[in-house]
Amino acid sequence: MGALTLARAALLCATLGLFLAPWHGLQDGISEVTAWPGGSAAPLVALLLDGSRWWLWPVALLLALAAPALLRGRAGAGLAWIGAGLVLAVFGAGYAIGLNGLQWGWLAPLLGAPPAQPSLGWGAFLVLAGGIGLFAAGQAARGRFGADAFVAFLVCSCGFLLLLFVFLPLVNMLSAALYEDGRLAPAAFGARLVAPEAWSLACLSTHAGCGVVWNTLLLATLTAVISTLLGLAFALLAVRGGARGKVSAGAFRAMTILPLITPPFVVSLALIVLFGRTGIVTGFMWDWFDIPRSRWIYGLPGVLLAQVLAQAPIAFLLLDGALRAISPSLEEAASTMGARRMRVFCSVTWPLLKPALAASFLLAFVESLADFGNPLVLGGDFDVLSTRIFFAIAGARHDPGRAAALALLLLAITFGAFALQALWLGKRRYTTVTGKGDSGIPAALPAGLKLTCAAVAWPWMIFTAAVYGIILVGGFVHDIGRGDLSFTWRHLGTGFEVGWFDGPAFIGSAWDSLFTTIQVAAISAPLTAGLGILLAWLIARQNFPGRRGLEFMTMLSFAIPGTVVGVSYIMAFNVPPVELTGTALILVICFVFRNLPVGVRGGIAALAQIDKSLDEASATMGGGAFQTLRRVVLPLLRPAIVTALAYSFVTAMTAVSAVIFLVSARHNLATVYIVGRVEAGEMALAIAYSTVLIVIMLVTVLGIEKLVGRARLGRASAAAPPIRAGA
Amino acid sequence: MSDVAINFEGVTKAFGNVRAVDEVSFQLPRGALVTLLGPSGCGKTTTLRLVAGLELPTGGRIEIEGRDVTGLSAAERRIAMVFQSYALFPHMNVLENVSYGLLVNGARKPSAEAEANAMLKTLGLEGLGQRLPSELSGGQQQRVAVARALVLRPKVLLFDEPLSNLDARLRRRVREDIRDLQRKLGLSVVYVTHDQQEALAVSDLVCVMRAGKIAQMGTPVELYDDPADAFIADFMGEANVLQGEVLAPGRIALGGIPLDVTMRPHPSGPAQIAVRPESILPQPEGAPGLPGRIQRAAFLGQTREYEVETAAGMLFVVTPAASLAFAMGEAVSCRLDRVIPLRDVKG
Repeated sequence: MGALTLARAALLCATLGLFLAPWHGLQDGISEVTAWPGGSAAPLVALLLDGSRWWLWPVALLLALAAPALLRGRAGAGLAWIGAGLVLAVFGAGYAIGLNGLQWGWLAPLLGAPPAQPSLGWGAFLVLAGGIGLFAAGQAARGRFGADAFVAFLVCSCGFLLLLFVFLPLVNMLSAALYEDGRLAPAAFGARLVAPEAWSLACLSTHAGCGVVWNTLLLATLTAVISTLLGLAFALLAVRGGARGKVSAGAFRAMTILPLITPPFVVSLALIVLFGRTGIVTGFMWDWFDIPRSRWIYGLPGVLLAQVLAQAPIAFLLLDGALRAISPSLEEAASTMGARRMRVFCSVTWPLLKPALAASFLLAFVESLADFGNPLVLGGDFDVLSTRIFFAIAGARHDPGRAAALALLLLAITFGAFALQALWLGKRRYTTVTGKGDSGIPAALPAGLKLTCAAVAWPWMIFTAAVYGIILVGGFVHDIGRGDLSFTWRHLGTGFEVGWFDGPAFIGSAWDSLFTTIQVAAISAPLTAGLGILLAWLIARQNFPGRRGLEFMTMLSFAIPGTVVGVSYIMAFNVPPVELTGTALILVICFVFRNLPVGVRGGIAALAQIDKSLDEASATMGGGAFQTLRRVVLPLLRPAIVTALAYSFVTAMTAVSAVIFLVSARHNLATVYIVGRVEAGEMALAIAYSTVLIVIMLVTVLGIEKLVGRARLGRASAAAPPIRAGA
Repeated sequence: MSDVAINFEGVTKAFGNVRAVDEVSFQLPRGALVTLLGPSGCGKTTTLRLVAGLELPTGGRIEIEGRDVTGLSAAERRIAMVFQSYALFPHMNVLENVSYGLLVNGARKPSAEAEANAMLKTLGLEGLGQRLPSELSGGQQQRVAVARALVLRPKVLLFDEPLSNLDARLRRRVREDIRDLQRKLGLSVVYVTHDQQEALAVSDLVCVMRAGKIAQMGTPVELYDDPADAFIADFMGEANVLQGEVLAPGRIALGGIPLDVTMRPHPSGPAQIAVRPESILPQPEGAPGLPGRIQRAAFLGQTREYEVETAAGMLFVVTPAASLAFAMGEAVSCRLDRVIPLRDVKG
């Protein structure tokens, strides 16, 4: 695509936004459109002419400035300035003048006392898109982005979206932590950061609880250590366990898909059913061993158990892959030099596993930090950062500043963990996959080690099976909590009853949230996969200034815990100029940018396997970036695209931490609804609903797998055979 | 139209602080096959990619057939390139691969496929159109890559080490095929290789590069017989580079021993002197020449190779197998036929 074509399209788009589309958001929905071209649906040109938005004249002037040259067929570098000016004018005015009139006091001499300005609408959106297009066309005309306007436009719009939906909310939250009652208060900020609620060590000497930071760190460390060790035991058995290991490997692998398709807190429900005060195991212990009923499961032990149940399979996936990648010939080499089995393990296998162990530890650590559902359901008095942030926003004492400060602490811990890993891993890269076939036979495990692994792995396996069994059964019996195991459809009926009044009527209380969930997931999945793969292609294959920045921002949203995202989104998008709270759109946007990194990583990994000369060959034959992308790259990336699709669909169905802040009465989500049922004590309904979710996801995932062969769903995707040119 | 296919004017390509191509200027005549030759990292592939538009220069000016293409992307340059890996699209069959370029340039499918089929026929690939690249042999894949490039009727055809993935036997045949095709169609070709024999065999002109600059450019014979310096003498085939002295035109001293030789004009005085292994003929002791002793002897079928220890240093010698044979340890006298006094001592 040439710069001129892009610039003309952008100009057209912006002009439409100026003359036709309603400039401001429609507060009461689409019905307001009838007021066009006046009232709340007025396009900008009407608002300019009646003088009520005189500060937006620069928008019209800039467009008029761009038009003559473009109509004459010349696209110059100056377009970049015009495009940037448009974006700045729209956003600048939007932030400077809000619902309460002037927001930026220092502009008072210039703007006086303007009237209230509601949020930006479709017209503004079109003008912004046009501005970005003009900016990109100008950059391409200047020779940036390989002089390809298509690439320039993609980079600029992706960059804009990432800035708006990843970076801006974070900055907004930071500033919220700095303010108190609308005034800058660094002292209050400092006080919040070092508050005893976060850092108190009271639990060491008294019965009071410790600060949430310590709780969070303790929980995350324990989860990470235990999950990694369990995963290691499973992986060792599966890869090095001999003939019987093969059997267990199959069982373990089947198990790894469970946490992926289970909403994170469902495990907690099962744990309550098993170990709660009236739980099955608790009752059994009381009847048989006179062990008194207690609430021990509510607190650190319960949350830890739930998190380990979710994380151990993922650790297994990672370590299993790493263990397989260790060439058996290395171990054979060690044994030919006279090392005994235990010595081989300690001196060769274990050191080579270290990076994978670190990765698994980090992943479990970070996931534990980010986990919100389990601490909410099982935490009891044991608060962690993610739940405390939630209650600072949603609790009796609504205190956004406190929530923001706690979110910053959580963010700092997460980044600290990533930084530590980067430091530690930086110099250690063991490439053991050489690409050459390796015919060695993996060394058997030392007998003692094997026994230990089996002794750990099998009971855990049975425990896991019991937990998921409870979920499977719980929704279909009268009262599993009290041991009444007679079959019933009652709970499922409460949620999913369908009646017939002149057509099907969805009477059940869960239908609304289920429909919304599927809708939101089905809309956000293709967007996530598409945007993720595009970004991956831009990052891996194009060379442009700011590439590193784009990559960083993409990965940033991976590192930010969901609760932090939720808090930052309500802070950023609750007021003009970008007002999205209460809509389904904010749910979609939240999912897209939360799950984006998975698509990007998958795409980059897949692209690394596709020889770059294929792109170049297409280019030398006259294929521009767009043609190359459509005809060469995307067809070859199909498996990665499908994986990203399936992953984002499933995550959108199971996520709770970020969206619990963003749902509204009109747009409720399944997970949030289930959490609500749990809090109301309707355990059986919650479990029944969870089962329905699991079935839907299982069908989706298996269906997609069937359609396109093997879609790898794990985060630790195994190495695929490289796609080489012509081979 | 000018007779210049490609014109480089002070072209520089820098990656960070490294100048992969450093103010290179040259002109390639239309209809010629020009080889870019040099050790790895010399900038030859970067130069080729600059012609293709896969890299854009950081300085200078590039013209193709008189048109300034300096800022144009690869898609806009009307060149075609055969990649080292062939870069055949694995998800398209042979016919789709060959008609790809026509389609993205706006041709209709039936006419594109007809043209592609004709080109496949020209290259002896008829009947393979429905195969996937993975179902072809290495040689066939290479020809598909060539067909894919030629079907676009490019102004300039670029080859990036096209033979490196073929086995030794096939290499000779394919390079002759390429040369024939280039002559028949009158193509302007730029050809990158690191194999000097390949370069000598196929080129009208050879351009030897070193450290991002052109070390020497000329016909194969010029480069072989008249290398500018020790680097080129050594790179274009083997050479014994010895320290000696030019006494007079046609008379030099090596290891203190005066010898009558054929040589290009060179000022008298100490000089580095290159001697090709085949320009040395060992003769029985006592004959006029540079006396020495055979340190190593090997029989290679068509030729014999010797290492001879002399007062001027160790000499590597290649003689026809039919010539007189010597055994290890034998004393000989080496007759030097033709020597090359080198201009640039530092290299």
